[in-house]
Amino acid sequence: MQYISNTEQDKKEMLGAIGAGSFEALIAKVPRALRNFKLGLPAGLSELELMRELEGLSRQNKHSNDYASYLGGGNYDHFIPAVVNALAHRGEFITSYTPYQGEASQGTLQSIYEYQSLICELTAMDVSNASMYDGASSLAEAALLALRATGRRRILVPATTHPEYRQVMRTYLSCLDAEIIELPFSNGATDPGVLKKFLNADTAAVVAQSPNFFGVLEDMRSISDLCHNAGALFIASVNPISLGILEPPGEYGADIAVGEGQPLGNPLSFGGPHFGFFTVKEALLRKIPGRIAGLTVDRTGRRAFVLTLQAREQHIRREKATSNICTNHSLCALKGAIYLTLLGREGLKKLALLNFQNAHRARERLLKIKGVRVFSDGPFFNEFALHIKKNPAAFRADLLREKILGPLTLSEFYPDLPDGFLFAVTENRTRWDEDRLTRAVGETAGPAAKKEPRVRAHF
Amino acid sequence: MSELIFEKHSRNDASWLPSLEMPEAALLGQIPQTHRRKMAPAIPSLSELDVVRHFTNLSKKNFSVDSHFYPLGSCTMKYNPKSLDAIAGLAGFSQIHPYQDEADAQGALRVLFEMQAFLSEITGMAEFTLQPAAGAHGELCGLLIVGAYHRSKKEKKTKVLIPDSAHGTNPATAALCGYEVVQVRTSAKGHVDVADLKAKLGDDVACFMMTNPNTLGLFEEDILEIARAVHAVDGLVYYDGANMNALLGICRPGDMGFDIVHLNLHKTFAVPHGSGGPGSGPVGVRKELIGFLPSPRILKKDGGFFFEKNAPQSIGKLRSFYGNFGAIIRSYAYIRALGREGLEAVSENAILNANYLKTRLKEIFDVPYDGFCMHEFVLSARRQKMKGVKALDIAKRLLDYGVHAPTVYFPLIVEEAMMIEPTETESKETLDEFVRVLFQIQKEIDEEPQKVLDAPSTTPVSRIDEVRAAREPNLRFRR
Repeated sequence: MQYISNTEQDKKEMLGAIGAGSFEALIAKVPRALRNFKLGLPAGLSELELMRELEGLSRQNKHSNDYASYLGGGNYDHFIPAVVNALAHRGEFITSYTPYQGEASQGTLQSIYEYQSLICELTAMDVSNASMYDGASSLAEAALLALRATGRRRILVPATTHPEYRQVMRTYLSCLDAEIIELPFSNGATDPGVLKKFLNADTAAVVAQSPNFFGVLEDMRSISDLCHNAGALFIASVNPISLGILEPPGEYGADIAVGEGQPLGNPLSFGGPHFGFFTVKEALLRKIPGRIAGLTVDRTGRRAFVLTLQAREQHIRREKATSNICTNHSLCALKGAIYLTLLGREGLKKLALLNFQNAHRARERLLKIKGVRVFSDGPFFNEFALHIKKNPAAFRADLLREKILGPLTLSEFYPDLPDGFLFAVTENRTRWDEDRLTRAVGETAGPAAKKEPRVRAHF
Repeated sequence: MSELIFEKHSRNDASWLPSLEMPEAALLGQIPQTHRRKMAPAIPSLSELDVVRHFTNLSKKNFSVDSHFYPLGSCTMKYNPKSLDAIAGLAGFSQIHPYQDEADAQGALRVLFEMQAFLSEITGMAEFTLQPAAGAHGELCGLLIVGAYHRSKKEKKTKVLIPDSAHGTNPATAALCGYEVVQVRTSAKGHVDVADLKAKLGDDVACFMMTNPNTLGLFEEDILEIARAVHAVDGLVYYDGANMNALLGICRPGDMGFDIVHLNLHKTFAVPHGSGGPGSGPVGVRKELIGFLPSPRILKKDGGFFFEKNAPQSIGKLRSFYGNFGAIIRSYAYIRALGREGLEAVSENAILNANYLKTRLKEIFDVPYDGFCMHEFVLSARRQKMKGVKALDIAKRLLDYGVHAPTVYFPLIVEEAMMIEPTETESKETLDEFVRVLFQIQKEIDEEPQKVLDAPSTTPVSRIDEVRAAREPNLRFRR
């Protein structure tokens, strides 16, 4: 299958016009020594064969249309109404470039402006950029911003923050003169009293994620107050859907609020592409990384949208830019904007409450099963951890038999937390799913079944 | 006209969601007061029809590859096959969770594993990671590997050399990784000035970042000598793969001596640009650098695929999970569809189309660097500027003729630069029409330049006041 539009006759005419005897003449400057190879790739396929082949590969994956998924940990199985893809996948959105030519990109620019406005409303923050790669890289960029803005070098991160987010932050900061300190937790959450001990005059920022990796809500207000008393910036990482019912970062004093946008209308897709949202308070406006759309006027005074404050960005500032980011995740952010609009104010609250209701009901039922113990009695949203004494591999097999994927095994991320399992329960989960889940848990709770444990990578 | 969603109102009861089983107040009552949201966010309320109409109408205000010729230099705006979208949307790819057990995602792992191998073969590198989310993210990955490599050898290196024609992400990334950026001059022929490069090479140089073909669309014919010179001071040579569309099946960065390569799947490998992402920026390395790649790597054992997390030398993780799988699956399918011959045809036609356009346009524009080009070329509108019409004006006038503008004012070393990349998927007929339009605009410049200066006049808005946008930032709707 090829997607070439030139005919053989066209090619001949073009070579003639160029004045080249053959195609080889055009690439004569490539040294001969480099030309001595043939690509070892499989032969091409027709579209029919391609679809057959790829559908076959796709069937080797268990997916959440066939299985009830209780997997969370950063990506969640939410329902995506048909409108989202019908609109976002229009060729005019999916096959256009970054809107540098504003007059030819008003659709994209206005939708980014609307996205920014929606995210600001959701988070109660002042300014949002046009999106980042994901929740983890957004948090790392937030830490970079805090280091730059304060001139200090210490970042405090609770160990309740998503383990991969912490890893990504370490990677991003590995070349800088910065120090990352991880804070211990108790009862599944960060103790503000412990935080206090690590705060000093060199602390650039305190990070906190709420709901945290265990699903528990952190005491964001106390953390924020302590952080500000030390003159540091407070970085909050939040679940956007939870903000339908939970206090938003802007209200408890976050200076930077970020998060994973996947729950807003983006399919799981094995972890990406999704988008990270990135918001700041007004004071940090000119330090924000990435693209931003602004409202202005055209020559005739009509409302017009354009990429703005570009003096922060790499294509203008080069080595002095606020970040090296160029491509963002515009299409994923567009899906987020369409999804939020479709929800509307009432729908957002309803969705958040559905998640809250289903998760609390599921936890209550699970806790009635013998051998299932509380992990944390802190407040939570749509995800919670439980202690269940059993072999993860055998448990998984029992769950698969009931057509269930998940929960997540906590020891894969926290080796010192055996028997911990993390359940995410969204609006997609039904009472029928719950019946099967409790059956699977009930059957295997108790002493570990005698099966070879399967090794599954974690990082 | 350009009404915002916030300025519209209709009935929305979110009935696409099931009803709550308990009264709302009872549920809210379970949330501790201190954690509860006090004021509802001012998100608009619109019926489904009004949402559909709003975003459909917005989409119509965009130029796109599906609707317009889009010769945006350096961006490789090729046709994005619709089959790839369908494949990415299959439930077995789009509805799988990153924390599923490996055994329950073998199809996805196979795709990632084979994709690593395909890209290694195409570029001549030993091993690839698919984790970086975009080209600039790939650069970050690459320069972190450079740092890790020199640290492992206990060498202290402080500088990164970059040609003056480079993309802005190159210096921005080098700075992010703590390096001092030193520019290398472009020669009169439009190549890296090897003498200048050699003068700036020393034991403190960690890396030389370059594209080949370079941003002028010219093949760096001294590449073998350049790589040798950089290696002589134990510097690494980094390949920015923005221009890889020119080289498929013709030559390979690995054979040229590059140590680290990033590719832009959203350019060369047909991932749609999505109005500015998501893309994907895989990074390949030569054998000695494999240990530094981000974790986890995807490996094969006993016929099965698994994540290898044990990587003591790894630079770490660059993002959550494994990369932009939804983009990678598209490129994987693209490579499978095209095969070797199809990929060779990509670069052949991309180069042919670019040279044809360059030949035809030489008549009206200055060509700062002559000779055959690769997949793109740079013109200068300095002749037109003397008549009072700048590259920007020509770019805007093109919009009136239903053609997206080329990249203008880049690379920075060319006055009034217009960078044109037709890609392989365009027909001669489309190119001829583009030439006809530019000749028409030239005629306007000669006879009625005001028409060009006033452009665009057929787009949803005329020229935008960017100064006001920056001076009085209005970045969100407020009631």
